[in-house]
Amino acid sequence: MNEQSGGGPDKARAIVVGHGEFAGGLVSAVGQICGMADKLVVLSMMGMTPEDIEGTIRNQLERTGARVIFTDLPAGSATIAARRIVKDTPGLVLVSGVNLATLLDFVFSTDVSPTDAARAAAERGKASLIVVGR
Amino acid sequence: MSILLYRIDDRLIHGQVVVGWGQPLNIRLLILVDDLVAASDWEKELYKMAVPPDVEVRFVDVPTAIRDHAKYAADPRPGLVLTGDITSMYRLVTGVKAIGSVNLGGIHHRAGRSEKLRYIYLTPDEEGQLKALEAAGVEVTAQDVPSARAVPLPEVLEGATR
Repeated sequence: MNEQSGGGPDKARAIVVGHGEFAGGLVSAVGQICGMADKLVVLSMMGMTPEDIEGTIRNQLERTGARVIFTDLPAGSATIAARRIVKDTPGLVLVSGVNLATLLDFVFSTDVSPTDAARAAAERGKASLIVVGR
Repeated sequence: MSILLYRIDDRLIHGQVVVGWGQPLNIRLLILVDDLVAASDWEKELYKMAVPPDVEVRFVDVPTAIRDHAKYAADPRPGLVLTGDITSMYRLVTGVKAIGSVNLGGIHHRAGRSEKLRYIYLTPDEEGQLKALEAAGVEVTAQDVPSARAVPLPEVLEGATR
């Protein structure tokens, strides 16, 4: 698993992990829009066993102090790994199905705890999905 | 309809399985054959939440899968049988004796394994089990997603398509 993030350990508030280059692309977009990519740690899970995915996420949580995990697909192996971690880690929040609107809302919510920010950002992300046209 | 795919994938139920293969094959019945998962209510709940609501998933151990395989094959819904390791699939295939092909979908790196393809790493014992399956008339190919080429076992073992 590769870590690509900008930010130092004391700045990161969440880990973003997904298939392919999804996480890196999403966080790159956050950086382009608002310059706050350093709030996020990027992990790619390509070529990893489930045990390695879980272990790497745990290591990054410990290293950075992040309390939130964003994953792309509810059925994904990163989500499965994250759910195992959440099960035995009090105070940790997982948000699956993350999109750009979710991350933008999250990085701007600096006046509340990361876990509260994640819950609010998830609602914003859901609302950002719209369909236009017939 | 019958079982359309027998897949070995150490990530068990995940995106490539439920979306990559599940959608184009219109899978409606998923049989996860794994002794550890079948014995744990928490593991079953974990993986059940990863399955789309229009897909029935059953969690069984290998002996149960061998016993009930004919029922799965007779089910009118398109089905997929999944194991997390080669040994479980080997036990299933040799116990059922009615499985014609096996898909290697993802067997990732760990100690003792060597790389064959980007998503296939094998120990010598695992190579031997796969060779034994082919010797018994089972077609073994590696193919992570439907759009990729199905790589025959001899090519996999040579690592020719790295």
